[in-house]
Amino acid sequence: MNINKLHEDYKASLRKERMWVRFYQLLILVLFFVIWEVASTLRWIDQLIFSSPSKIGHLFVEKVADYSLLYHSSYTLFETVLGFILGTLVGTILAAILWWSPFLSKVLDPYLVVLNSMPKVALGPILIVALGPGMSSIITMGALISVIISTIVIYTAFRTVDSNYLKVLQTFNASRTQMFKEAILPASFPTIISTLKVNVGLSWVGVIVGEFLVSSQGLGYLIIYGFQVFNFNLVLLSLLVIAVFATIMYQLVELLEKRLIKNE
Amino acid sequence: MSFLTVSKVHHTYFSSKTATEALQDINLTIEKGEFVSFIGPSGCGKTTLLSILAGLFPPTAGKVLIEEQDVFANADLSIGYMLQQDYLFPWRTIEENVTLGLKLLKVNKDESEKLASKLLADVGLPSIEKKYPRELSGGMRQRVALARTLAVDPKILLLDEPFSALDYQSKLKLEDLVHKLMKEYGKTAVLVTHDIGEAIAMSDRIFLFSAKPGRLYQTFEVPEEVRNLTPFEARANPMYSSLFQTIWKELESLEH
Repeated sequence: MNINKLHEDYKASLRKERMWVRFYQLLILVLFFVIWEVASTLRWIDQLIFSSPSKIGHLFVEKVADYSLLYHSSYTLFETVLGFILGTLVGTILAAILWWSPFLSKVLDPYLVVLNSMPKVALGPILIVALGPGMSSIITMGALISVIISTIVIYTAFRTVDSNYLKVLQTFNASRTQMFKEAILPASFPTIISTLKVNVGLSWVGVIVGEFLVSSQGLGYLIIYGFQVFNFNLVLLSLLVIAVFATIMYQLVELLEKRLIKNE
Repeated sequence: MSFLTVSKVHHTYFSSKTATEALQDINLTIEKGEFVSFIGPSGCGKTTLLSILAGLFPPTAGKVLIEEQDVFANADLSIGYMLQQDYLFPWRTIEENVTLGLKLLKVNKDESEKLASKLLADVGLPSIEKKYPRELSGGMRQRVALARTLAVDPKILLLDEPFSALDYQSKLKLEDLVHKLMKEYGKTAVLVTHDIGEAIAMSDRIFLFSAKPGRLYQTFEVPEEVRNLTPFEARANPMYSSLFQTIWKELESLEH
């Protein structure tokens, strides 16, 4: 028996499986676009509503050439990233305050439940009046949509950290700040990361709805504009761009996860 | 004045439905450098008493003094506390775990790292500083926890069944190690255990508690001859067996 050879075989079989997974993933992507194109050309589906990859492709080239796509997407991207960071950061800070004062957390509990159940996008009109129809109200919307759920989830993670870790720190005469820094926060990193992953999606919802309501720029604006002039090529192009950006953001969060969580 | 004095300690746990008396009128003293054990049936309050000694919470009534200072919320008093499980922080390296207490005391980093490698060598684990806890076995992790506890040079070591989760071989080895280090460093130690044999093999004196409510029932002196042996050797001594029988009978009488 040759252990080395068996190991090589095993590694080769892993490589082979990875290759096939990639192959099928690509196949689905290609088939999707091909079927879409064919269905559109042969008029199985309404070209006016569902457009076709080639038309969207042409529009893409056109919009890249006149810089308008870059202009609109950079607006939206900026708003989303800022809303996302603000939502998670404020959520974590609020969770820390609740952890700090168990009394306050008991007092605020029903309010958190109400705020969480309320559809935040319904606040849009009020935000626009209060903050003006511009970027700040859109960013606020992107943050608002994720902040309460982040607070609740992260606070729950803080509370469920094994109290024996705190006992160890207490015998070292650690202050509450030190306990938070040394045990509570690092033990909750996995939860914070999964909150980040959820928030990527949520902040896109907030920002796009915000742009539907107010703005004169951004991908949300392109969608609503395309809808109003019945240009569904534009709507679908914007959607595809959003999908690409959202995926990239998600991948970045996963990268952060690998750097932050070393003990797995 | 003794090194540690427990006087008239009562403790009651309150919940919205019940008030459970865990400890009733506990009085005892422990001398510097002594190794004592608390044994007794479940519910006798031995772990409660240990937590009170550690200053984790104040007793409902009574006082616990170490060198005439109150133990509760006393930042000047350093106490070493070892739990049933190691509770090493999984996101910190072994070295960072051992130096945790020193970091909180704001001891210089080079100095604490030097101390960490000395302590790790003392507990029989040289050159594992950069590893993570998950890479070690249960016995090794408990040794690291011991090094972490010793790093802050505590006045007293409180051991809450630290050997009970280990396999038998690791348990015997760790008992010998703790016993040896306590003598070398001249530390005072209190061990809470279910294991009569462990209590006899390791300690100088044994406090037997009765349950519901927890009361100090009897104190046993371990004979000089057994005390001077390592825990492993002590188990083979004839006097060990006779003391074991005595305590066993007392414990049986408490449970019936």
